[in-house]
Amino acid sequence: MASRAPTDWTSDAMRRRIARRYSAERRFKALGLLAILLSAGFLAFLLVSMAANGLRGFTRTEIALPIDFQRAALFVDPQALAMGNPDQVLASANLPAAIDKAAEEVFGKGGAHLLSAGAMKAVRDAIVADPAILAKKVTIAVPAAEGIDVAAKGKGSDADEARVARLERAGALSTGFNWPFLTSSDGTDPTVVGIWGALKGSLLTMGITLLLSFPVGVLAALYLEEYAPRNRWTDLIEVSINNLAAVPSIIFGLLGLAIFLNLMHLPRSAPIVGGLTLALMTMPVIVIAGRNAIKAVPPSIRDAALGIGASPVQVVFHHVLPLALPGILTGTIIGMARALGETAPLLMIGMRAFVASPPGGITDPATVLPVQIFLWSDEVGKGFIEKTSAAIIILLLFLLTMNSIAIYLRNKFERKW
Amino acid sequence: MTGAIVVLIVIVLAVVGWIMARARATRLQAEVGRLATNSRPSQHGWYVALWTALPSLLFLAVWANVMPGLVTGTVLGTPAAQALPADDFSRGAILAEARAIASGAQQGAFNPQSNTLVEPFRAATNRYSAIGAVLAAILSFAGGAYAFSRVKPAFTARSRVERVVMWALLLASLIAIVTTAGIVASLIFESWRFFSMVNPLDFLFGLKWSPQSAALGYGNKDAFGAIPLFWGTIFIGAIIAMAVAIPLGLMSAVYLTQYASPRLRKWMKPILEVLAGVPTVVYGYFAALTVAPALRNFAAGVGIPGASSESALAAGLVMGVMIVPFVSSMADDSIAAVPQSMRDGSLAMGATTSETIRRVLIPAALPGVVGGVLLAVSRAIGETMIVVMAAGLAANLTLNPFASVTTVTTQMVQLLTGDQEFDSAKTLAAFALGLVLFVVTLLLNIVALRVVKKYREAYE
Repeated sequence: MASRAPTDWTSDAMRRRIARRYSAERRFKALGLLAILLSAGFLAFLLVSMAANGLRGFTRTEIALPIDFQRAALFVDPQALAMGNPDQVLASANLPAAIDKAAEEVFGKGGAHLLSAGAMKAVRDAIVADPAILAKKVTIAVPAAEGIDVAAKGKGSDADEARVARLERAGALSTGFNWPFLTSSDGTDPTVVGIWGALKGSLLTMGITLLLSFPVGVLAALYLEEYAPRNRWTDLIEVSINNLAAVPSIIFGLLGLAIFLNLMHLPRSAPIVGGLTLALMTMPVIVIAGRNAIKAVPPSIRDAALGIGASPVQVVFHHVLPLALPGILTGTIIGMARALGETAPLLMIGMRAFVASPPGGITDPATVLPVQIFLWSDEVGKGFIEKTSAAIIILLLFLLTMNSIAIYLRNKFERKW
Repeated sequence: MTGAIVVLIVIVLAVVGWIMARARATRLQAEVGRLATNSRPSQHGWYVALWTALPSLLFLAVWANVMPGLVTGTVLGTPAAQALPADDFSRGAILAEARAIASGAQQGAFNPQSNTLVEPFRAATNRYSAIGAVLAAILSFAGGAYAFSRVKPAFTARSRVERVVMWALLLASLIAIVTTAGIVASLIFESWRFFSMVNPLDFLFGLKWSPQSAALGYGNKDAFGAIPLFWGTIFIGAIIAMAVAIPLGLMSAVYLTQYASPRLRKWMKPILEVLAGVPTVVYGYFAALTVAPALRNFAAGVGIPGASSESALAAGLVMGVMIVPFVSSMADDSIAAVPQSMRDGSLAMGATTSETIRRVLIPAALPGVVGGVLLAVSRAIGETMIVVMAAGLAANLTLNPFASVTTVTTQMVQLLTGDQEFDSAKTLAAFALGLVLFVVTLLLNIVALRVVKKYREAYE
């Protein structure tokens, strides 16, 4: 074996080599940091751009519209208004014409086009709130039309910008919180659309999903973890559950379409079908989370219960399940959060219909929040951009709340044995 | 509505049975002493409650399916039905309309003949609902009374109740198998119908995708060639998205596990996981609204031909970012599974941390990372909303990332959300695409899990 002189670490060649290796080390480390910062930066950019667009969706531009109700000669009987259904009474009065006339008088020709379709509702609400104004001349703040609204927020066409400048000089413009956005449903005019219908559809759908997937998921997890004999059937069940957790969500939509709609003839685009489909999707998530939670309960608990004479069913339902419940709930909330954001399977079962009123029950046509976002994103109107982002903010807030609850549960109840 | 009330009544009866049986068992226990009883009082209660509720609820489920047939039969027997047309189609339409009016689902009839049948329908429905309710109540009482008569100190209520519980547990876990079978059966069945209209070879290897032309009656031969779709899916999901997700995911996993301080790790890990929790429709909107126009302007500025506002690159980039936390956590797991001794050995030989990572840890963790990447690919190709909103509909076979391509999932949504009748080749094609997607993701998952498992065993 050839002997070799010991390496001279102080020589220039070696110093250079070490310096090179150290700078490679620093580069590598910087690259890692860069990767993380890129991902986090993307997330920040996404959230900031949604917030920047979406926060405008929660406000609306209002125009102060003076109306002289006496001159408008509305045939409204104040007594009928106080007694009966005000909507019905006012529907027979020619309110839209009166509003249009008032607008043309104040803002000149084309003045009616400055107002949104929601103006009628604002005036109607004002009359219902105080019928005495029918004998007076009052100024009511009514929502502006889409073009004016967009221009007032700084992104409109030149013609609209000019109109806004004129209105501002007249002191007729103001900005208010867009309450109708939280209380009304889908529509064709972005100034009057709201998310309540979609939100209610989401809540109904989630309710059905939870009601079906939680008990089935927990029971299946208990069976597989505590009782199942080791045989072919059990293996088949386990393989199915693991596969279902990995199947693309759109395939569940095809299943829902083929089975629930075409075979069982359940109503199209109803929360019940959406809930059933999402329940099948969420169930494997709950089973997997549930099994992990049950596995974490130490065997000594079971042995102790069995030792004092409890039956296997009593062991599980009196001891194991209560101890595993926080973990199961955490997994369930995470599964539900995923189902809440799911869009593709619901498109397959027809929940993309235009639904202008909130669903009354689980068999009524409905849409859900993410699908509503998808539908609005397809609209061409500029006013819809901010509405879409505003709906996204609401969806993200819901998801954030659910995940925070899950993290809170985990931190509060997690037990190290 | 009446059905819900009947179910509610049965449940109330079961609760009453539970309370009564428990009270009786408690009294008996007090008489004979605790050691002489077989079961706890509440177990007797459950036994009675199950006997009260289960048979009657089962009967109601069966009755709900049988009743429409019985009602229709009765209505057809009435004199008003004698005037119905003989051919099945219009007869069925009139009957369906009359049924809808009778149940309140529809106001007013298109066909005046339906109106004559509304009353018979209402009468028959009321009669059979009443019969069903009475029978359910009788079953409830009979079951409850039978079970209640068996409440004795020596009666083995516990083992009987527990047997029912075990059956319920087994049934719940069988739902997973039923769902899988349902998916496979519906995909295969509908695909079979599609392949009876379109040659499977034309579908799998055809180069031209234009289902619109098939719907317009130009024939199915050249309309359903799915190769452009497969290419688009692979281009976006397996190439562009992975080109983003693998470096970002792998490097962030390496940094977080090997370099980051525990504080930074504690903060950055959840932030990365938020990326996986954002709904895909939000990503899709972001890709379509912000990323795609920026990329098109860039491409137009540089002078790349064929730049489209719905580009493969926009969809792929955003999808890649969405997959980052997934790749990162898989890489994290497999790096953590490399034995500490290997790392220590490399460091002891004088290697720097980055040399250890590149030459020792990553090669050793490679099978796990590859498995994770395969799982990520299977997730990316099944992803729908991002590509629906950002990738476009033109079925192009192109290598240009700035051009518009379409994917399997985009076309599935497109095919099924039109107003086509369900039996056309166009809608059935969605199921054939679904079958291909299902099989491919399944295979990817099986291979990935096998790779990961084998590699774990190597170090255990």
